[in-house]
Amino acid sequence: MGLRGEAAIVGIAEWKPERRPTAPPIFTLEQWAQLTREALDDAGIDPSEVDGICATNIRESDSFVPSTITEYLGIQVNFAEVVDLGGASCAAMVWRAAAAIELGLCNVVVIAAPSWPSPRPPNPPTGPSSWRYGASSANYGSPQAEFDIPYGNVAQNCGYAQIAMKYGAEYGYDPEALAKIAVDQRVSANHNPPAVFHNVPITVEDVLNSPMIADPIHMLEIVMPCSGGAAIVVAGKDVAQRSKHRPAWISGFGERVLHKTPTYAEDLLSTALIPAADQAFSMAGRSRDEVDLISVYDCYTITVLMTIEDAGFCPRGEGQPFVREHDLSFKGDFPCNTHGGQLGFGQAGLAGGMSHITEGARQVMRRGEHHQVPDADVAFITGNGGLMSEQVALILEGD
Amino acid sequence: MADHTVRPPLPTPIDRTQPFWDGLRERRVRIQYSPSSDTWVFYPRSHAPLTLADDLEWRDISGEGTLYTYTIARRPTAPDFAGEEPQIIAVVELDEGPRLTSTLVNVDEHAISVGMRVRPVFEDVPDSETTLLRYEPAP
Repeated sequence: MGLRGEAAIVGIAEWKPERRPTAPPIFTLEQWAQLTREALDDAGIDPSEVDGICATNIRESDSFVPSTITEYLGIQVNFAEVVDLGGASCAAMVWRAAAAIELGLCNVVVIAAPSWPSPRPPNPPTGPSSWRYGASSANYGSPQAEFDIPYGNVAQNCGYAQIAMKYGAEYGYDPEALAKIAVDQRVSANHNPPAVFHNVPITVEDVLNSPMIADPIHMLEIVMPCSGGAAIVVAGKDVAQRSKHRPAWISGFGERVLHKTPTYAEDLLSTALIPAADQAFSMAGRSRDEVDLISVYDCYTITVLMTIEDAGFCPRGEGQPFVREHDLSFKGDFPCNTHGGQLGFGQAGLAGGMSHITEGARQVMRRGEHHQVPDADVAFITGNGGLMSEQVALILEGD
Repeated sequence: MADHTVRPPLPTPIDRTQPFWDGLRERRVRIQYSPSSDTWVFYPRSHAPLTLADDLEWRDISGEGTLYTYTIARRPTAPDFAGEEPQIIAVVELDEGPRLTSTLVNVDEHAISVGMRVRPVFEDVPDSETTLLRYEPAP
């Protein structure tokens, strides 16, 4: 069952995340065009070869998203996918593209996460934004609108803090170990010029002295929202072998989707990643020991801690001593988020989730430059949507 | 000081959920029960989760439970909650099994612990038809 590892990431486009955008707003469709062109140029593939796209929402159309994009790009496709899994969307798109290619549906798929601001309409509609409550839905009839938002349980800080608090009650809480995750990742960001915190080293004390936002989570344990954008090209074997770079073959994946609100989790400490990671490793025929680096979703430090455990790199409940005993930077013995993670690189909307994929691919392609892990061949990647409740695991491999 | 120019959003009950909110107004906690699978259900639905049985019926419960987890939000979780901080946002596990979202009141934040017993506090929201279900430590 599963992939044969005959589709690969062959091209990458990634805009530098910026806290305050220095360029004007760009329509999402224009971002799609520019990111697609950059990613195809990177791979050395002509736009006429594109026969599949994977998208998320775009500002210019609430529905009929793929055809709006193909028309704008002037392409025709055999595979047109929209994925709505929050921070897991990009990882979910990668395996869907690989599966479509291995099924023979298509040969070159572009996946884009345009996350640059769009121009505001001249006469904007009045009333509260649909993102007033983050990812929580205030729509009429929404369970969250009725039973969660009125009590202030609004995504995302609150839910992750509740998860961290539950983790602490079950296994004990070591604030310094959690802080060390942000610190080690920052070391990698300090070696990655596009990272938003490229020039800003931090210490464990800095993290613990930063303001408490929602107990037990400090400000420096939370991603920095940015503007940016990213795209990748996934291609079949023949195209991949004539592309410019060493391909990053997609050899395994797993996906698991549970609930939306942590309140209704069956077990808040049993994340969707456990089955997803098991499936990915099993499909790829790889063991945890063979992984050279992990590039895992890190909206908060607790996310990384639970990911290390639930992906099986250490037993559940033993993540805190594991983090204390290992160096998570790109030069360490357990490289984790070698681009700095979203904690150090910045979270440019859904392009933040894509950054774990671009980084995993870059490492396997040996394009990590100042933060390259020596001889990187196998990367483990996750996407995490909602509150640890939508999980996708991927394994990328070199030749 | 609470900023009274904005106030937290109130629930807009739908027909399906109205009995729950009516119950709170009468100082009763009532949730759904599915006889075919002997399971309690919250939040109110048309069909029982997992079995999808359509035999859900309303039953009164004590509303008491334990604190499953919580956080203390030091910054407002949304602009509407400005002035409400610190918000003690709780997940309560009812004795019947289901969990619900609430906030803790009448509690010293240092006295909160996961697993503590809690009991309902009915809060009539001024100038509205709404009664919210908050929780406090059970003696």
